[in-house]
Amino acid sequence: MMKHFKSTRLLVSSAAVLAVLATACSSSSKTSSSSGSSSPAAPSGSSSGSASGSSGGTTNSNPVTLQLMFGSSGDAETNAVKAAADAWSKQSGNKVTVIPAQNFNQQLTQALAGGSPPDIFYVGSQQLSTLVDNNNLAATGDKVNDPSGFYPSLVKDYTYKGKFWCAPKDFSTLALEINTDMWKAAGLTDADIPTTWDQLETVAKKLTANGVTGLVFNDTLDRVDAFMRQAGGTMMNADNTAFTIDSPQNLQGLQYVQKLAKEGVLKFPKQIGVGWGGEAMGKGKAAMAIEGNWFIGGVKSSWPDLHFMVVPLPAGPSGTKATLSFSNCWGVAAKSKNQAQAIDFINFLTSDQQQMTFANAFGVMPSRQADGAAFSQAFPAQKAFVDGAQYAFGPVGVAGFAAAQTHFDSEIMGLSNGSSDPKAMLAELQKNATDALKQSS
Amino acid sequence: MSLTSQAIPPAVVVSARRPRRSHIRGREGVGGWLFVAPALAGLTLFVILPIGLALYISFTKWSGTTSPFGSGAKWVGIDNYKALLTGGGLAQQDFARSVENNFYFVLLVVPIQTLLALVLAVLVNDKFLKGRGFFRTAFYFPSVTSSVAITLVFIFMFRGDGPINRVLSFFGVKGPNWFANSNGLIHNIVGLFGVHSPPGWAKHVVFTRSIWDWISGPSMAMCAIIVLVIWTTSGTFMLMFLAALQNISEEIDEATAIDGANAWQRFWRVTVPMLRPTLLLVLTLGLISTWQVFDQIFLTGNNPTTTTPAFLSYATSFENFNFGQGAAIAFLLFALITVFSSLQRFLLRDKDAEQ
Repeated sequence: MMKHFKSTRLLVSSAAVLAVLATACSSSSKTSSSSGSSSPAAPSGSSSGSASGSSGGTTNSNPVTLQLMFGSSGDAETNAVKAAADAWSKQSGNKVTVIPAQNFNQQLTQALAGGSPPDIFYVGSQQLSTLVDNNNLAATGDKVNDPSGFYPSLVKDYTYKGKFWCAPKDFSTLALEINTDMWKAAGLTDADIPTTWDQLETVAKKLTANGVTGLVFNDTLDRVDAFMRQAGGTMMNADNTAFTIDSPQNLQGLQYVQKLAKEGVLKFPKQIGVGWGGEAMGKGKAAMAIEGNWFIGGVKSSWPDLHFMVVPLPAGPSGTKATLSFSNCWGVAAKSKNQAQAIDFINFLTSDQQQMTFANAFGVMPSRQADGAAFSQAFPAQKAFVDGAQYAFGPVGVAGFAAAQTHFDSEIMGLSNGSSDPKAMLAELQKNATDALKQSS
Repeated sequence: MSLTSQAIPPAVVVSARRPRRSHIRGREGVGGWLFVAPALAGLTLFVILPIGLALYISFTKWSGTTSPFGSGAKWVGIDNYKALLTGGGLAQQDFARSVENNFYFVLLVVPIQTLLALVLAVLVNDKFLKGRGFFRTAFYFPSVTSSVAITLVFIFMFRGDGPINRVLSFFGVKGPNWFANSNGLIHNIVGLFGVHSPPGWAKHVVFTRSIWDWISGPSMAMCAIIVLVIWTTSGTFMLMFLAALQNISEEIDEATAIDGANAWQRFWRVTVPMLRPTLLLVLTLGLISTWQVFDQIFLTGNNPTTTTPAFLSYATSFENFNFGQGAAIAFLLFALITVFSSLQRFLLRDKDAEQ
């Protein structure tokens, strides 16, 4: 018996030891740089005022390998980023491993939790606060060339707790896209392009006929908020310490959306069996849509025969112009051992020349104000998007707001049949957002 | 099984009382452990340890972007569970809604798929049916196809202007915009009788939702997913019933025929009671898998009337970076499944045989 028990015990305990060893060894820290250089080379060219042209490459004697992870919108973006990485590698002598993530949020969280994050990664304005609070980001916004050259609204989106955390990469704003064929067929001219809410309602009514809906946009705060802002409302107070959602101005904006929906001149994509405004216009089910720069690329391949024009969103009742902007920035991991080289790479990526290359490749707008003119010249059809940058507002950046927004979004479709009450929706969003803010602080 | 029910030769009894087992048994024991060791290691590494870690995480506030073992995961005790069960805020509302959605899903899917599987198995078991093999394959085929692929096809079919509504229009029925429709089935049914708003007693709020909300039934979107899941999984259970049916010897059928029972009586009085173990298996498996439904919900997107606890756990963790609450939802789901499975086993236990 003793011999039998001993051998069983030995086997079981060795299996257990193996299991524990395997777990412990599996999370060994992998450094992202291939060479052993731990002292960053002195960055050159970062003190120059303007960011025109490509930044001077750093020729180190110790070439490092940077890791760049991002969530791609498609092949165009992936190829553009890879090309930029190759160009900078040749110039600087360092190498870049570009990782287009399948499920970006998941992969980035895993990499951060595992202690070996990529050196550079996309950061959306909604995730900024979470990443900063968990000490995942290095504050590099002020360290790149000419930080004041970025659009002020973008700088504001990526400033948190008094620091400018990352250089904005590009952005899109919302504008009104109009099907020019339907426009002309309804007898409308350039003089009828809506610049006020009433005018928008009028043209939407004129264009709603024969199974075509005048205006279609997604049932999300990321569209409806544009109207709330045009009415003069805000999401948060000036120092982002409290939510100001339940306000008369926001109510006015939401009630305007309700009015259009009840009249049937505004429909939401799910109600007409499409996924987004671009598809509605492409399939001839809508005359107008509210989308961002991605509209252009999104309809070009599927519906090349769609003739459209892009005009700015109308102004609110008191003449306030407002639109929403969506952007990402180049975040640098706090744990990165190659921060200086990363900053050098970011200087290259945010240079005027490279930003126009990205714009040509996948249709995003440069984040530097000085490039706005060049962009408008190259893409005159997109001028309305560029002009929107002057009065654009970014999304709310509080961790946990997304859940509150999902709840709000689910009730927007109910505005068209009266099953949702705007005041109650705003009050509920205010309550849920405030709870989220309390929890995240 | 009891040792005293058979006569045991004295030699074996003596050896059974001896503390030392024979040398041959000992070697077999070691061999057994050796064979099991890799599977055991895999189970421990990939199932037991992650579950233990998840349990730990459910008592912390962790955003997933730092190491869970360091200062990144703040210990908050049962705060996550409190927020889900009593908080009154969005967490409790979403959880209550997801449990309600999943409850109606289970209520409709499990009985219907069990019944359908049984009926199909009986049909296919018929000796005189021509093309049995073909039918067996056809009924089983949805179970082996990727659930993602099936869901995508169903999303297309159930669109507002899709094939299903077209066919319904041939019968003069205007089908709802399935996946975009959040009206509950029961609300629609009572709406046909003119009841459109909740009566007084139904306005009472229980666990953050009014009783009228609780009895809304599955939404049209959920109904589409229910049809999908029933169609997909009845094949697997049909196979189990088929195997059990083929174990029932023909002599029993002949005996009941001789005794004068017709087919209906034979089915309900003889066949089904003999299928009790398989029925138990099918019901247990059905309950467990329907409470954990995720793939179809993930693909049909953001609709609060189709959110289930499993999907809510995923969304809370990966989209809201609140892994602590996500893990808490997962463990509450585990408790729920355990309760329901035990309840079902208790109700279906064999009252006559000894435990």
